[in-house]
Amino acid sequence: MRVVVVGAGIIGACVARAAVVAGCEVVVLDRDQVGSGTTSRGEGNVLVSDKPPGPELDLALASRRRWQDLGDELGRDALELESKGGLVVATSQAALEPLSRLAAAQREVGVEVEAVTDPTHVEPFLTPEAAGAQWYPQDAQVQPVLAAAAVLADARRRGVQYRPGTEVAAARTGQDGRLRGVVTTSGEVIAADAVVNCAGTWGGVVGRRLGGEVPVLPRKGFVLVTEPLPPSVRHKVYSADYVANVAASTEGLETSCVVEGTRGGTILIGASRERVGFDRSMSPLTVQRLAAQAVALFPFLAGVQLLRVYRGFRPYCPDHLPVIGPDPRVAGLFHACGHEGAGIGLAPATGDLVAAHLTGLDPMLVAGVDPAPFLPERLLRIPEETS
Amino acid sequence: MTAEDRRAHTRAHTRADLLVAGGGPAGLTAAATAASGGLSVVLVDSGHALGGQYWRHPPAGAQMSGTDGFHHDLTAYRSLVDTISGHAETGLVDLRLGHHAWTVRRDEDGIELHVVDRRRPGADRAVVLRGRRLLVASGAYDRQLPFPGWDLPGVYTAGALQALLKGGGVAAGRRVLVAGTGPFLLPVAVGLADAGVRVVGVHEANDPRRWLRHARAVAALPGKAVEGVEYAAALLRHRIPVRVRSTVVAAHGRERVEAVTVARLDRDGRLIEGTQQRIAVDAVGVGWGFTPQLELAVSLGCELIGSEDGNAVVDVDAWQRTSVPGVLAAGETTGIGGALLAGLEGRLAAEGLLREVGCGAPSVRLRPVRRAVARQRAFSRAMREAHPVPAGWPAWLDDETTICRCEEVRHRVVREAVASGASDGRQVKQLTRTGMGWCQGRICGFAVECLARGEVPGVAAPAPASERLVAAPLTLGALARLPSHEVE
Ligand SMILES: Cc1cc2nc3c(=O)[nH]c(=O)nc-3n(C[C@H](O)[C@H](O)[C@H](O)COP(=O)(O)OP(=O)(O)OC[C@H]3O[C@@H](n4cnc5c(N)ncnc54)[C@H](O)[C@@H]3O)c2cc1C
Repeated sequence: MRVVVVGAGIIGACVARAAVVAGCEVVVLDRDQVGSGTTSRGEGNVLVSDKPPGPELDLALASRRRWQDLGDELGRDALELESKGGLVVATSQAALEPLSRLAAAQREVGVEVEAVTDPTHVEPFLTPEAAGAQWYPQDAQVQPVLAAAAVLADARRRGVQYRPGTEVAAARTGQDGRLRGVVTTSGEVIAADAVVNCAGTWGGVVGRRLGGEVPVLPRKGFVLVTEPLPPSVRHKVYSADYVANVAASTEGLETSCVVEGTRGGTILIGASRERVGFDRSMSPLTVQRLAAQAVALFPFLAGVQLLRVYRGFRPYCPDHLPVIGPDPRVAGLFHACGHEGAGIGLAPATGDLVAAHLTGLDPMLVAGVDPAPFLPERLLRIPEETS
Repeated sequence: MTAEDRRAHTRAHTRADLLVAGGGPAGLTAAATAASGGLSVVLVDSGHALGGQYWRHPPAGAQMSGTDGFHHDLTAYRSLVDTISGHAETGLVDLRLGHHAWTVRRDEDGIELHVVDRRRPGADRAVVLRGRRLLVASGAYDRQLPFPGWDLPGVYTAGALQALLKGGGVAAGRRVLVAGTGPFLLPVAVGLADAGVRVVGVHEANDPRRWLRHARAVAALPGKAVEGVEYAAALLRHRIPVRVRSTVVAAHGRERVEAVTVARLDRDGRLIEGTQQRIAVDAVGVGWGFTPQLELAVSLGCELIGSEDGNAVVDVDAWQRTSVPGVLAAGETTGIGGALLAGLEGRLAAEGLLREVGCGAPSVRLRPVRRAVARQRAFSRAMREAHPVPAGWPAWLDDETTICRCEEVRHRVVREAVASGASDGRQVKQLTRTGMGWCQGRICGFAVECLARGEVPGVAAPAPASERLVAAPLTLGALARLPSHEVE
C-alpha cells in the first residue's frame, strides 16, 4: 500500500515511521521542511501530569512509553530526550486539595505520582511560599525539531521518501470517488492508495483541499526564553492552576506558566493560550503575565534576562481532542491532526494508531489505545465552534 | 505635585504625535524637524548621548580630549542637538536616553513602544510609550564573517574599533590591521593612525575597479570623490599600505591575537592558494558591511525588500512610510547608505508627517532634498554593488572554526546539518542552536544563511530578517512589573 503523508511535523514524522514499519510504502510531503511548522514553536513537554483521566491521558501514557522506545532505538541524545520528571506546585493551601484529588484519579489509571510536602527539597530555588506539590516522574522532554528530524531520518533509512518544499493543492480522485493521490501546487500528481492529513494547524485547509474538511483552529501561545544559566531549575515545574487552564474552553487569554531548564542552560517559560486566529503580533501584556508567574514560582528569575520570545499556533479541535482516523466521507483519506498543546507528547502513539487504521490491524493491539474517541465522526456531528 | 510630576502626568494621558526609535542622524533629524514644525515627539535611544554610531559621543561629563577630530559634520550634529534640547525644555520633545526599545505593538489608537530604562545599573525599569506614529530609525550593526581565530581577544569588527576610539578615545592595539570591504574601512584606518596607532595594512577584499561600472553615480556626488581623495592622502601620509583583493583568512595567538594570515582573492572572491602571508598584529578589525536593525519593523509586519548587499531592508514610499499605517522608517533600516542619506530620509519622514497633519509648507522647498536623496541612493547602491561579500569566503573555514560564538557551534556541525537537508538559516538554527544565544544570531546569522544556501544572498533573495519579538534583553523582574494600564 502506497501512502502519502502530508506534513513533516512531529506527527507526520511519527506517522511515516510507524507506517513504513507496518509495511507501507510511504512518501512524506511538506510545503516547507521537517519540523518547520508548529513543531518548532513548542516547548517539547511530554506530559502525563496535566491531563485528567480520559482518552487524552490514555494516548499520553501510551505515547510516553513509545518515546522511551524511540529513545532506546534512535539514541536519547538524537531526540534530547530527558526523563526529568514534573513537579506540580500548589501555590496556596486552597489549591492543595484539588491537586491531590486529581493525582489520586490519575494514579487509578496508571500515572505514577507522589505527594511532596516540602517542594523546595525537589527544587531548591522554588518559592518557600509553596503549600505543597505532586511529583510526576513520568513527565519528560524532547527537543521537538531534533526529534522530528531524527524520527524522519530513521523512517528514511527504512525507505520512506521525503519531499520538502512540496505543497498539496488538491485531491486526485478516482472514478469511484476514492482518493487516488494528491496534486501539488506545481501541478504534479503523486499517486497513493491512502493520504494522511498531518498538517497540524493547517489540517483544516488540507482536509478541505482533499475533500474532507475537519474543524482545526489555531490557539496562539507565547514562550519565553532566558539567558543561559548554570543549572537552577531541575524539573518541569508548574503551578496547579495549569491543570484547570488546559482543560478550559474559554476564549480569553489564559496564562499559567511551566518553567524548565534546557540543555543549553536557558530557561523556558511557557505558554499562554489565546484564541485570536492567526494574529502574529506581539502581546507585551501576555508576556508580562508569564514573566510574573514565573517570578512568583522562582523568585531568582526576577534578575534573569529575557532573551527571546516566540509564538506559535496550536492546532485545536472544538472538543480539545486530536482527530485521528479514516474520514467517513472520503475513502482513502485519513486525518492525524489537532493535537493542540500536546502534539509532541502524543505523536508516537498517534503514529501507531494511524498505522493500525491504514493496515486494518487492531489499534488496541498495535497502539494500546482505544481509537474510538479520536475518530473524525464525532466532529462532523457536533456543530463547529464559531470563534 | 512638582513640575516634573505634572509633566509626567500629562504625558501619561497624552499620546505623542511621533515616537522616534533611534537617535542617530535619521532619528535626530526627524525629531528636530517634526518638533520644529510643532509636533510632539518622544525620542528614544539606548546610548547615553545623542548621535548614534556615526556621531558617537562619550557621555556628557566624561573626561575626554581630542575625540572631536573624529566627528564629521560636527556642526550639523551640534545644531540638531541644540534644537532637540530646546524642544526638550519646553516639553515638546520627550528625550529618553539610556532607554532600549524591547518590543512594539500597534492597535487602532496608534503605537505602543515598549522600552527598558537602563540608566540605573541593576535596576531595569520597563516603560510604555504611546504615540500616533513611529519612526524606525534604529540604524545598523557590523556584519561579520567567521574565520579561524575570530573569537580571539583582539579581533574586532571594524565598527567596534572605531567605536572604541570615538566613544572612549582608546585604541584597541598598537599594531592594527583593518580588513573586509567597503569605504568604511578607510575612516577607521585613518582614525586609528591619527590616534597614533600603527596601521599595518588596509585589506579591501574587492577590486576598486568595480566602481567603474557606476561612474555616473560617483560623478554625481563630487563630495564623495573628494572625501575619497582625502582619505587616500591621509593613508599615504600615515604610510598605511592598502591591498585590494586581499583579506584576513585566519587569526593566530594563544591568549589573544598575535598575528593574522592574509590571502589574495580572485575576481570572483575565491581564495588564491599559495598567497597566504602572516602578519604580526596585536589587534585586527574586520568589517563586511552592515546589517540593518529591523526588529521593530519586522515585529510590526512591515514589508521588506532585498538590497544589493544581501540584506533585507524596509520598503518605504516617497515619504518614508512603510506598508504598515503609522509606521515610518529612515536611515540604514531602509538600506545601508551612510549618515548623510540617513539624515535626509529623516527629514523627509518628518516633512511628510507635517504635511499629513497640515503643518507643512508647500512642497517646493523639498525639491533639493529629494534630488540629494536620489543622488545619495544611487551612490549607496553603487557602493553595495561594488563591495559584495566574497563568494568564496567559506573556503577559509576549517572544521573546528566556531560559527556561532554564543552557543559554540562549530563549522563541522553546521555542515552536517546542511548535508542532512537544512537549506536555510532557520532550519540550521533549529537543528544546531546557531543564533540561539546571547546575540540571537546578530553575529552569525548572515554567515549561517550563506552556509545553508551554499551561496551569498543577494538582492533577489536577501538573507531574511530574523524575527526577534524581543529586540533588546530585559530582566524578567522588570517585565513582571510592567505597568499594565499606566502608560507614560
Ligand atoms: C507555544 C506552544 C507551546 C507548545 N508546547 C508543547 C509542549 O510542551 N508539548 C507538546 O507536546 N506540545 C506542545 N505544543 C503543541 C505542539 O507543538 C503541536 O501540537 C505539534 O507540534 C503539532 O505537530 P504537527 O506535526 O501536527 O504540526 P506541524 O508541526 O505544524 O506540522 C504540520 C506540517 O504540515 C505542513 N503543511 C501544511 N500545509 C501543507 C500543505 N498544503 N502541503 C504540504 N505540507 C503542508 C507544514 O509546513 C508543517 O510542517 C506547543 C505549541 C505551542 C504553539
